[in-house]
Amino acid sequence: MELVSNAPTGPIEKSWETHKFGLKLVNPANKRKFKVIVVGSGLAGGAAAASLGELGYNVHCFCFQDSPRRAHSIAAQGGINAAKNYHNDGDSVYRLFYDTVKGGDFRSRESNVYRLAQVSVNIIDQCVAQGVPFAREYGGLLDNRSFGGAQVSRTFYARGQTGQQLLLGAYQALERQIGVGAVQMYPRTEMLDVIVIDGKARGIVTRDLNDGKVDVHFGDAVVLATGGYGNVYYLSTNAKGCNVTAIWRAYKRGALFANPCYTQIHPTCIPVAGDYQSKLTLMSESLRNDGRIWVPKQAGDKRNPASIPEGERDYYLERRYPSFGNLVPRDIASRAAKAECDSGRGVGETGLGVYLDFSDCIKRLGQHKIAERYGNLFEMYERITGENPYEVPMRIYPAIHYTMGGLWVDYNLMSTVPGLFVLGEANFSDHGANRLGASALMQGLADGYFIIPYTIGNYLANTKSEKYSEDAAAVKEAVANVTAITKKLLNANGKRTVDSYHRELGKIVWEYCGMARNAAGLKKAAGMIDELREDFWKNVRVLGTNEEFNQSLEKAGRVADFFELGELMCIDALSRNESCGGHFREEYQTPEGEALRDDEKYSYVAAWGYQGAGRPAALTKEPLAFNYVKPSQRSYK
Amino acid sequence: MKLTLHVWRQKNAQDRGRMVRYEVPGVNEHMSFLEMLDVLNERLIEKGEDPIAFDHDCREGICGMCGMMINGKAHGGFKGTTVCQLHMRHFKDGDEVYIEPWRAAAFPVIKDLAVNRSSFDRIIAAGGFISVPTGSAPDGNAIPVRKQDADLAMDAAACIGCGACVAACPNGAAALFVGAKISHLAHLPQGQAERDRRALAMVRQMNQEGFANCSNIGECEAACPKEIRLEVIAQSNADYIKAAFTERPETAAGGAG
Repeated sequence: MELVSNAPTGPIEKSWETHKFGLKLVNPANKRKFKVIVVGSGLAGGAAAASLGELGYNVHCFCFQDSPRRAHSIAAQGGINAAKNYHNDGDSVYRLFYDTVKGGDFRSRESNVYRLAQVSVNIIDQCVAQGVPFAREYGGLLDNRSFGGAQVSRTFYARGQTGQQLLLGAYQALERQIGVGAVQMYPRTEMLDVIVIDGKARGIVTRDLNDGKVDVHFGDAVVLATGGYGNVYYLSTNAKGCNVTAIWRAYKRGALFANPCYTQIHPTCIPVAGDYQSKLTLMSESLRNDGRIWVPKQAGDKRNPASIPEGERDYYLERRYPSFGNLVPRDIASRAAKAECDSGRGVGETGLGVYLDFSDCIKRLGQHKIAERYGNLFEMYERITGENPYEVPMRIYPAIHYTMGGLWVDYNLMSTVPGLFVLGEANFSDHGANRLGASALMQGLADGYFIIPYTIGNYLANTKSEKYSEDAAAVKEAVANVTAITKKLLNANGKRTVDSYHRELGKIVWEYCGMARNAAGLKKAAGMIDELREDFWKNVRVLGTNEEFNQSLEKAGRVADFFELGELMCIDALSRNESCGGHFREEYQTPEGEALRDDEKYSYVAAWGYQGAGRPAALTKEPLAFNYVKPSQRSYK
Repeated sequence: MKLTLHVWRQKNAQDRGRMVRYEVPGVNEHMSFLEMLDVLNERLIEKGEDPIAFDHDCREGICGMCGMMINGKAHGGFKGTTVCQLHMRHFKDGDEVYIEPWRAAAFPVIKDLAVNRSSFDRIIAAGGFISVPTGSAPDGNAIPVRKQDADLAMDAAACIGCGACVAACPNGAAALFVGAKISHLAHLPQGQAERDRRALAMVRQMNQEGFANCSNIGECEAACPKEIRLEVIAQSNADYIKAAFTERPETAAGGAG
């Protein structure tokens, strides 16, 4: 199979404009005749469903939560980037493009990233008009803050709740379309299969989470905006419901899965407290502006942090990276914390933690100033740990936060299955091997508001709307597949709970395919996951029936897919014999312990194709060309 | 520590429901309340008993999916705290804890502690928005917004739609939820064009959904995990009254030819 990216050629500044003009349009009167299915209602899905509804398409939108307003985009704290240059500090579309390609460690597609930087400015305008209460200055204009990986202030924010406010903007736009009947919403409904007829996506199969009813929904196009798969690690900063099922089942219907091993580990999360722990909580990256990270110099030093004198502390980021200090990018800060803990100098009961200490800045600026900047985060920390960070240093440890990998898409955001589009975190397109802070919100909204409304029209204009019957072979087969999975889970009738399997799977993936990977470990992990999966299908205990509100059954189906994904992640990581961004192979590092890329051999997107149960996935490569930003070794020393 | 829980169990909307007693030993003070329920559920599944259904998702206090009455208080009654953020160090060995779903006519129980809050979505769909089709916005800095107004809008916009206000209200009113959205958009210049329409439409939909009237008791403000202030209700009442007095039927006549 050859991957056609449909990326425009010619000057990159003009390419989206030229490409848009070349896209076919659907006559306003004909739009209503096309039914578009949107799965997911976060920033990407909510924005897409609302915008397509406004255009006049007949939109049907699905989410597994009880309301589209709950999607996990809501939890993003810090902000959203846009190249507005409101602060006259040298920002531009080109600079945002440059920073994003470099931040992604030269593993993303230039044309997509450039377009993302271009439409970033429209996003802010749209959101302001919707009533998103961005932070303002006294003159009434929009305020900005700085974020990691950039030397300009381009991050717009709404206190520590930027994701929430942007999502509510999209949600309200979506509800407006639901109110006028342009969009039909299906909450508490989970997509469990894609219907592919004559090689094209023609609908989905869903399960109503209230009563287990399995339904077929036909559509002229299907848009998946179902988020990331960080929960394969069990413990992550994702919401409990986040899952890979929608894109995984699409993968099994022929969509290629790109770069599954590119996962982002966020350096500042509250450490794991005990084996009952259900999720990890992020402490915003902005804390690293004022906090100093350290561990005791002596391994095994269990003294109270206040009684460890200055000379016996190691401020290891300041020592190793004197020019960036505590503000090195996420992947680097995470790996450094792991290295300290691995050498026995970690703190806290488990030894898996480092101090983030505010005592110097409290002395310098006073407690009130720090409270003004980070009060809500300090409160959240105290609520969870019972410790007061104004008095004792915070303990932090890296945790899985975002997944850069996802279904492969071309420049039009269409997967390798015609008619199946993928937006937001669910696709692989814009962040390469490492995402910069405040770029996830930007990408979700860019895809949903400003890209899919153009590109889906081109597909529909070229596609005849067909009527299919539920008796068609492909439809019956998809429904039978969904029913069979449910039956198998309910009939296993074993001894172990779904969560206990999920926890065990997460530990394996975290240990061998987490912050640092090596060939031997990845091979071992693939085998362990395979064994555990076999045991799961024989020995899992899912109580109750399909025909009821059954949360264990929902979880079981998702965990079953995580097993298969976890294995593919290991295979992908094993096949990439280099280190780049969040993918750190221990065998490939510089003498100073930094990631060592191999552009000669690995400057490509690894897209994996499903070949059937028990058969190894097939690798197709999309070569990456860098005509504007020349690949170089990232240095933060 | 060891707790005794009394949990509302209800198989489905038709079932009458009942309180069931569970002994939960081995509770760690660092667990969140939902993690304590996870532990109990794991034990129930191992015994072959139906686990307790409850809604939850982000577990960091922002998605608004979780919520239950704990000892008669929404989210447990700790200031500014959702139940997923509530930790067991606030309880002590031997405590008896009563756990029930939100109780309100407009929030029918689906199963155990999970309720149907889609009435909130319908209220937003009726008017809780600014009509601005994608692509039609002016530059973000074209209309300055006073910082104070932006801050007040943000205070109201912090609502997570969890429904605690309704559950805490002796009347089962949704005035705080509706007021929060009306107040959020009323504080911004972008929200002015539809201000009257919005207040009328949202309040009418709220009444249609079976939420009762507000009688200024203030339990909602005390229970709100995002500390939305009671003044948003005053704001929405003012907007609604003004709009109701000045409302005129929409007309398309005039200017023909």
